[in-house]
Amino acid sequence: MSRPELVAPPEIYYGDIEAKKYTNNSRIQQIQADMTYRALELLNLPPDEPAFLLDIGCGSGLSGEILDEEGHMWVGVDIAPSMLEVALEREVEGDLFLQDIGQGFGFRPGSFDGAISISVLQWLLNAETSHPTSSPPHRLTRFFITLHAALKNPSRAILQFYPTSDDQIQLITSIAQKAGFGGGVVVDYPNSKKARKVFLCLFVGGGGGAQQVPKGLESEVEDEGKVQFEKRRERLKSRSGGKRKNIKDKDWILKKKELYRQRGKEGVPNDSKYTGRKRKAVF
Amino acid sequence: MVRLITHNLLACHAKGCTSNNFPLLFQDAAVELRDADFNADFLRGFLPRLEWPALVGAARQLGDTSLPAEQPDMLDDDFLQKLHHVLLEIHVEEGAMVCPNCKHVYPISNGIPNMLLAEHEIG
Repeated sequence: MSRPELVAPPEIYYGDIEAKKYTNNSRIQQIQADMTYRALELLNLPPDEPAFLLDIGCGSGLSGEILDEEGHMWVGVDIAPSMLEVALEREVEGDLFLQDIGQGFGFRPGSFDGAISISVLQWLLNAETSHPTSSPPHRLTRFFITLHAALKNPSRAILQFYPTSDDQIQLITSIAQKAGFGGGVVVDYPNSKKARKVFLCLFVGGGGGAQQVPKGLESEVEDEGKVQFEKRRERLKSRSGGKRKNIKDKDWILKKKELYRQRGKEGVPNDSKYTGRKRKAVF
Repeated sequence: MVRLITHNLLACHAKGCTSNNFPLLFQDAAVELRDADFNADFLRGFLPRLEWPALVGAARQLGDTSLPAEQPDMLDDDFLQKLHHVLLEIHVEEGAMVCPNCKHVYPISNGIPNMLLAEHEIG
């Protein structure tokens, strides 16, 4: 899998061209939508109540559109101006901010009912300059502390990201815990290379009893233990074994004769009840 | 698309700017009005989170004086409609927001405020 966060900082990587490409790619749209729905599910908001959510790294508003559909109000922050421009063109409903999440948020305490973030956190794991405020732990600390403050009590933040190693997960969860969050990591489809998704499931407050970290999704049993190639082979086998339907049946013959008559061909036999019938074996 | 609903949640986050950093003041604001769907339940739920004096102040700055200076106890439909208009339909497209304490300027262009800080301002 390619790692764009290793190529350039987000505001440069997602320039005008890349931002358009990203937004118009139907496969990315599908993946983002699936993850947004899953994040909303993990967010566990009270049903049928419009909530006020924070979309961290909203980009061109792919995830925001789904929040709109679900009837929520949202505020989006992103560091890439080109992505925000695309979001403006797409006329998303939420308020947009050009903001570096590693510098922290300026939202007043208790502003949001929840926060989601799709494929963003891995961008915080690279140091762009040697300045102390640019080191990943410093930026993560700033991010989690201000995020914790901006969320109301109780609420949740669901952050999906692509870690390269367990050390990264360790670093992120330990900093989140220091910032006051409870919760942990939820891994969907842990055995699949492609479908595997890591969600950081953070809780603010607990309201007495500790909140349970939700369970990750497992792939269905059907897919496991069976190689994909075998299914194709089964299909091939069934095709050769079964009886083939005769192509030149009565309908086909009638159609051909009609065609010949239209073309004015001579000697086309008349249609009768014997047309297209099979002769008996004794004939 | 700075609406007053988000402006009311926004404080300055520069280094060392921890008191008197709210609300940010509008400067040379260019306002655009856009219709939004009215949702009474959302407004009722959101009301406790608002800083009322800051909201009224910001609305007055943008030339809208429909809200009373004191938050009314009765939430009738007329009041909710006014609140809806002020919170969700007034968009600040151009201009800037200035921190009353450290005077940091957050420019707004194309409806998107630039909240980036310089290296020495990061807390």
